[in-house]
Amino acid sequence: MKTLSRIYMWLVFALLYAPILVLVVYSFNKGGSFAEYTGVSFYWYSELFHDSAALLSLKNSLMLAVSAAALSTLIGTFAALGLDRMRNRYLKGAINSATNIPMMNPDIVTGVSMMLLFVAVGGWLKLTDTLGFGTMLIAHTTFCLPYVILSVLPRFRQFDKSLREAAMDLGCTPAQSFFKVELPQILPGVVSGLIMAFTLSLDDFVISHFVSSPDFQTLPLYIYNQTAHEVKFSMYALCTLIIIAILALLLLVNFAGGIGDRTKKRKEAVK
Amino acid sequence: MKKKLSLLERAAAVPHIVWAVMFIVAPLLFVIYFAFTDSKTGRFSFGNIAALSSYGEIFLVSICFALVATFCCLLIGYPLAFVMSRCKPSTQKLLTVLLMLPMWISLLIRTYSLMTLMENGGLINSLLTAMGLDPIQMVGTGGAVILGMIYDFLPYMVLPIFTSMQKMDPRYLEAAADLGCNSFQTMFRVVLPLTTPGIISGVTMVFVPSISTFYISQKLGGGNFDLIGDTIERQFRYPSTYHVGAAISLVMMILILISIAVMNRFTDEEERGMMV
Repeated sequence: MKTLSRIYMWLVFALLYAPILVLVVYSFNKGGSFAEYTGVSFYWYSELFHDSAALLSLKNSLMLAVSAAALSTLIGTFAALGLDRMRNRYLKGAINSATNIPMMNPDIVTGVSMMLLFVAVGGWLKLTDTLGFGTMLIAHTTFCLPYVILSVLPRFRQFDKSLREAAMDLGCTPAQSFFKVELPQILPGVVSGLIMAFTLSLDDFVISHFVSSPDFQTLPLYIYNQTAHEVKFSMYALCTLIIIAILALLLLVNFAGGIGDRTKKRKEAVK
Repeated sequence: MKKKLSLLERAAAVPHIVWAVMFIVAPLLFVIYFAFTDSKTGRFSFGNIAALSSYGEIFLVSICFALVATFCCLLIGYPLAFVMSRCKPSTQKLLTVLLMLPMWISLLIRTYSLMTLMENGGLINSLLTAMGLDPIQMVGTGGAVILGMIYDFLPYMVLPIFTSMQKMDPRYLEAAADLGCNSFQTMFRVVLPLTTPGIISGVTMVFVPSISTFYISQKLGGGNFDLIGDTIERQFRYPSTYHVGAAISLVMMILILISIAVMNRFTDEEERGMMV
């Protein structure tokens, strides 16, 4: 029974990874078909690096993800501070439910609702092209906000309130006590919110699909347009590169997490 | 004693409140506004909602596809989560990373890689031809679309169930066995009720993206299947059909919110807090 269940488990994992592995392996096949494997070649990779549209979309994606992550972390961290201190339970509940709407709603509804807002407001203001970097930034910040708040708010709850009083007793103004005492304590939550917002923004396709214009394409939109009609092997190369980047990032996060654990343990040992 | 709040503390949430009203609440009001106005005259009308009756079949097919995909994910994912939770802690850590890695890879890439396997000129059919067999038409069938949903969203089913199983005290299983349960009784009377919050969370996380997808049905359905997502996406290509698209979105949103609310009734308050 035990062996059987182990076989089942690894079988499911194998099936989960099989298509991705095939894609990676065939990205090195110069022939451009599945009928024959003509040997390892970087043909499609060099093809990709000569494709200026792909490189431009990568640059756009990174620019957007950095700005959206920064903006949502800034607004979200202060929102978590405000929510933590808020005494009016009904207002708090209302804000929480409104914030969580983008998380509950299907992406497509969030996307079209924002598109309707931008199109309608743009129409009233008589703007010619409303959609672009600005609308993408607004949309990405909006769907990242709940995740940032969700990762920062528990840190505020865990924070020892007496530390704040101690800081004030020692002559800190409320602002100083927040920035010098409280902020360093909640920083891990802020950083994980920032990373989460960055990856969510980088990965998003559905919402971007509705609020973007052809002038500002991100990487997922570029992949979507390229795969709309036919299979392109240069897209296999691009996907492979993205998968490698994700793997590296995941390993880095795990490795960095290990270092964090070690310093935490050392601190505990000192105590 | 209540401490007086500083200005910083009182004003901190204000930017977020303004942002949420402008970019979360207002867009939804616009969906309602567009759904209830006529595309030509701009006046209030039930025309768009009435026009939805012609989309009844699409709604039905989408709901069926999403339900089948969710059920299959549960059927495959629940035993998987159980086996994973019985592993050594170090193996569990590795398995969690293995489970999360596909979630990090874009849905586009995963669907696209599945398509490269199943296409007419894809790997499976190339192998079949090489072995002298007839190729099978896979892309463009309903089965391919459902398989795509299962493949793309399976990790979202397994992870919450796995988390709720990890939290379960293993002594419950021993106690159940001591009290005379066989393994089936332990499974259905002890493990299943204890992991219900995980199941509900997983079902929501698979059902909602399945019912609203349009990339999977475009790629793997070969244009033969119109799901709600495809229909909405098509309505928003041209301004003249925005109003009908808004009406479809509104109905889908209400359907989903109702089903989430119904499912949440199965878990009590305390557990719901853990789910998120």
